[in-house]
Amino acid sequence: MKGEKLLHKLTDKFDINFGDIPKRDNDDFREAVVASLKNKSRIGAFFGHLLANNNVDIIAILIPENKNHIEIIRTEICNSYHAITHDIPSAHLFEREIAEQWGIFPEAHPWLKPIRFHKSYRDSHNFFYDPDKTEILPSFTDFFRVEGEEIHEVAVGPVHAGIIEPGHFRFQCYGENVFHLEISLGYQHRGIEKALAGGPDKRSMHLIETAAGDTTIGHTTTYCKIIESLSNINISPKADAVRCIALELERLANHTGDLGALAADVGFLPTASYCGRLRGDLLNLTAYICGNRFGRGIVRPGGVAFDIDELTALNLSNRLLTIFKDLKNAINLMLDTASVMARFEETGKLSKNMAETLGLVGVAARACGIDTDIRKQFPTKIQTKFPFNNPPVCKTGDVYARAYQRWFEIQESMEFISKLLKEQFDGKLIEENWELQPNRLALSLVEGWRGQICHVAITDNNGKFACYKIVDPSFHNWTGLAIALRNQQISDFPLCNKSFNLSYCGHDL
Amino acid sequence: MLQVLHSRLKQGYKTIDFPDAEPALPEKFLGMPEINPAKCPDKCATCLSICPVDAITQKHKHLFIDLGRCIFCGKCRDICPKQAITFTKDWKLATTKRDDLIISSHTKEKKFNPNPDIIKLFGKSLKLREVSAGGCNACEADCNVLETIGFDLGRFGIQFVASPRHADGILVTGPVPQNMKVALEKTYNAISSPKVVIAVGACAISGGIYRGNEEVNNGIHELLPVDLYIPGCPPHPITILDGLLRLIGKIKE
Repeated sequence: MKGEKLLHKLTDKFDINFGDIPKRDNDDFREAVVASLKNKSRIGAFFGHLLANNNVDIIAILIPENKNHIEIIRTEICNSYHAITHDIPSAHLFEREIAEQWGIFPEAHPWLKPIRFHKSYRDSHNFFYDPDKTEILPSFTDFFRVEGEEIHEVAVGPVHAGIIEPGHFRFQCYGENVFHLEISLGYQHRGIEKALAGGPDKRSMHLIETAAGDTTIGHTTTYCKIIESLSNINISPKADAVRCIALELERLANHTGDLGALAADVGFLPTASYCGRLRGDLLNLTAYICGNRFGRGIVRPGGVAFDIDELTALNLSNRLLTIFKDLKNAINLMLDTASVMARFEETGKLSKNMAETLGLVGVAARACGIDTDIRKQFPTKIQTKFPFNNPPVCKTGDVYARAYQRWFEIQESMEFISKLLKEQFDGKLIEENWELQPNRLALSLVEGWRGQICHVAITDNNGKFACYKIVDPSFHNWTGLAIALRNQQISDFPLCNKSFNLSYCGHDL
Repeated sequence: MLQVLHSRLKQGYKTIDFPDAEPALPEKFLGMPEINPAKCPDKCATCLSICPVDAITQKHKHLFIDLGRCIFCGKCRDICPKQAITFTKDWKLATTKRDDLIISSHTKEKKFNPNPDIIKLFGKSLKLREVSAGGCNACEADCNVLETIGFDLGRFGIQFVASPRHADGILVTGPVPQNMKVALEKTYNAISSPKVVIAVGACAISGGIYRGNEEVNNGIHELLPVDLYIPGCPPHPITILDGLLRLIGKIKE
């Protein structure tokens, strides 16, 4: 087995016989994963899957840069293995997750603590807690501390000042200056992955819709591609087009909201209030398609449940044009204002090298000059015909770059949607009859508005999910925010946080 | 400065007329469901089994829909062979009592029983602390949007504030994960009495799609004394605004 590389070409759909994935021994696994990740690939998923003998398969899905294939590496572990985090820092949350979910000890992991604060999923293997003795309380754990006479610690959350999701932030400060930030989440843990196992059932689709509610289209598209891979059905060009339009509408609404929130965080109220309103108008376009502002109900296994007919397309085009005019006005006003730029530039800066080391994805990675985008790397048929070709526009990795990258992507998405709305696409909306094949592993990737969304499913003998893994882009990026805060003023935390705008529920699941 | 003024002129006045005028809702919006017992076939019950949140029950041949659980996915409407269930565009869904959320074919007009004490105390000014407890950021977004110029919540004397110490009440979204229970209770206790409690969304009312997961508490119904229930997944901002305005007596009828 040693040295042999198994690369799988990833097209629209991807699934393989689970048994065909070769099992490496633990050391060989570690070597292969480290070698691949050092050779410019990034993590898609890295997770555990419980076997019948109560051991756990650890499966690494790795995505080489700019290639159209993926790599799957697998090994079986009972109690412990040698952690890879020392060599590959981007694996650090993944290894903590495996330790928490399956009670597996990643030896020599430099910062081993729970991430979601729940008991282990594997009987008699609890790594962090003794379930009979300890009550599990979120964020009751060690935090990295800087000691010294003039050092102080600031603890923020879980409940925050605005209408946002809960999370705990622990700052080590010297005056206003932040030496270190540690982020502790898990408050939003609702047990989604556990509830998906045994499915698909009548709840599955809706659990996915609310995995990260602001990314409903992103996550539902990823989930449906899994179902379509496992049941070997093809969606029509029409369904593909509706999904692509909905995905870009979601990106538009969220990027617009983020730019408005960034303006608000530096006290530039005109753009803040215009973008707040325009975000609502963009959500209303999604509601125009399906009745729900977040796109609940549009994407369904086998296709889509709502059509964009000629009249809808025309109305959407016109409304989009009006919105874009106002949006351009609002954003240019902000970008032309020197006092805003003075706050955006050089704040919360990450180098390209650091971003690669931490394994950032999506807007945050592109703002550092990393050219990563699932729409380019693994496009759907429609995305191949109407490609997203542009490289990232900024390389500075600061708040400005994350803001400007969003504005650039807004213009790209506007153009993409306008083109699609002018075309006619054939085929039926939805293929309703499907059945999952047993004992397969399926994988799907979608570029949500925050970045790369990865889902992996493994089916059992009856074609039900034995395991369903969700990796939200936020899971890759939270550490990026923590590192960006180093040597910043603590008062710039809200601004930096907004410039990443990561999902708490997408992380906590 | 001139550019700011110029842009202000270009953007224009965007605040909606609600509640003086009817709100503009999307054509496909799913509001209050309606059950037609004459059409409902005997011994059918397909809608009961397809509902992802078990919101539909049947007693003596009558269907009941629990809006506190309903996520307005419309599956019951789509599966019904006789179109006995339909969804109207009625956005007025909020109630003050949990039981009033359960509707049936007998429900002539949905009840909203205002609490005169709340109107007297908070009718002119209501400051709320929002707590997201497992919310997926959809309910949160639709609460946030009320503060934008489109809805301009402030004109009704309602405001979301940064601290429970500044608040007259708490507005909760999400099914309340075990990991958020303590923080929610602490926030509630930090608000001085008298205070109001508002549950927004199916998750906060009943656990929604997460109901029954051991990781969550099935909403706040059994944790806090709720004064206002606003159903939906997520509720449309107009539904939330309508509920808040009814609570403080700014919408009567």
